[in-house]
Amino acid sequence: MSFFDSIGKVLKLGAGQLFIGVGYTLLIALISTVIGLLIGLIIGIIRTIPKSKKAFVRVLMKILDIILNIYIEVFRGTPMMVQAMVIYWGYAFASNGQTLPLIPSAIFIVSINTGAYMAEIVRGGIISIDKGQFEGASSIGMSHFQTMVHVIIPQALRNILPSISNEFIINIKDTSVLNVIGVSELFYQATVLSKMTYEIFATYAIISVLYFIMTFSISRLLRLFEKLLEGKNTYTIMGSGTDPNAEIKVVKETHRG
Amino acid sequence: MAETIFEIKKLVKNFGANEVLKGIDLTVTKGEVVSIIGASGSGKSTFLRCLNLLEQPTDGEILYRGNSILDAKFDVRSYRTKVGMVFQQFNLFNNMSVLKNCMIAQQTVLKRSKEEATENALKYLDKVGMSAYVNAKPKQLSGGQKQRVAIARSLAMDCEVILFDEPTSALDPEMVGEVLLVMKDLAESGLTMLVVTHEMQFAKDVSSRVIFMDGGVVAEDDVPEVIFNSPTNPRTKEFLFRVLNKDI
Ligand SMILES: Nc1ncnc2c1ncn2[C@@H]1O[C@H](COP(=O)(O)OP(=O)(O)OP(=O)(O)O)[C@@H](O)[C@H]1O
Ligand SMILES: [Mg+2]
Repeated sequence: MSFFDSIGKVLKLGAGQLFIGVGYTLLIALISTVIGLLIGLIIGIIRTIPKSKKAFVRVLMKILDIILNIYIEVFRGTPMMVQAMVIYWGYAFASNGQTLPLIPSAIFIVSINTGAYMAEIVRGGIISIDKGQFEGASSIGMSHFQTMVHVIIPQALRNILPSISNEFIINIKDTSVLNVIGVSELFYQATVLSKMTYEIFATYAIISVLYFIMTFSISRLLRLFEKLLEGKNTYTIMGSGTDPNAEIKVVKETHRG
Repeated sequence: MAETIFEIKKLVKNFGANEVLKGIDLTVTKGEVVSIIGASGSGKSTFLRCLNLLEQPTDGEILYRGNSILDAKFDVRSYRTKVGMVFQQFNLFNNMSVLKNCMIAQQTVLKRSKEEATENALKYLDKVGMSAYVNAKPKQLSGGQKQRVAIARSLAMDCEVILFDEPTSALDPEMVGEVLLVMKDLAESGLTMLVVTHEMQFAKDVSSRVIFMDGGVVAEDDVPEVIFNSPTNPRTKEFLFRVLNKDI
């Protein structure tokens, strides 16, 4: 039997299954990247709160900072496959054998794992913003939170967009480790399918192509999005010397950063 | 007698072991335009930044309209809406249009409605001659234009004091004039201003008072005529000789 016959056999039997696997992989990766980013942003905002004058608040912040650091270090320092097992079976252990629904568990695991990485990415993004942006906002009375939400985060996000895209792509690939708890993402589907068809090579060859199509098209899409965000380099001057309703469009080269 | 805005007593600021402000005493009344001159490193910026609480003073007292701004219960944010600051590097919000730059703090801090904030922003952008550029982003503007927007941003908060830290030092020479003109206008309109500047002409012509800072203290404090024509402190004389290249 030729290679193409094997491919045909797997596809004939498992196209639907693989399709579902792609769907779950994308779903888990997308939602988890977004939640992970939110976790990273919240940690970024918390960790940049200026030192309080009150000693009590300072101690509280220090404790919070230590907890956040432990979270980041632990989740970056252990394999996600192990985290998945510990969290999923840890819950089952604590609740007398009752397990959590699989897809929400998967999203939870990938989200907090991503959050740990995103926290560092966001931190880098915030540090990259000129100190003058913070001072400009403080000097007219804006709070730390207002400054972050309206001034700093929008600029930081633009700077770290490539890293966020990268996390998303990593997540598409890394959801494959969730097969250890039986989440029906693409790798899990392939494992099942290969056992049904005995076409191990063909099955995994197919999913490697599927993974590549996902990551490649998404990285292209995100790059397009980054370009769009760089924004227009024109603005309109309202009114001219002779006509107050004139609109003069100015095209001026803009520089990033 | 005009109302007292600031009463600063024995203000001290250390950075670690580096004693930068060594006991500044100063009283500023409403409508005064105080130019602060002095050599590089004498603590001029640090002093202004303490007044806006961008730096926390080490010791001493700053009273704003009789209330200590260093008190733990003092409402710093609402104070900052009253005492704005204009920086050498403009510090406009890069992600916002000119108009939004002048609106965001009105909306978030003063809780003004969008309409009210827009109207007020436009009023002050018009005052600084920048109303045609409401759509532009900061990076599309010249330095002089940016600085005028930064001034409008503080004014839009309906502040009563603006602290200027070398507002024209980062500008190309041909743009200095437009900013100084706006500042002169503001001075004449009765705004209270503290201006750290190397523009001696501005200090001489526009300010009602000039302060010479030297080594972290106010070495001389007088009307411009006296400072520029017959300073009493030899250090003032020396400094002016260096910057003006002429003997007094
Ligand atoms: N954040 C800081 N940390 C440590 N030292 C500082 C800090 N800011 C200022 N200094 C020090 O304080 C001294 C006074 O600085 P400051 O910027 O107030 O001077 P200045 O009079 O504004 O000078 P210039 O005319 O150059 O702007 C300098 O020796 C400077 O190194
Ligand atoms: Mg300075």
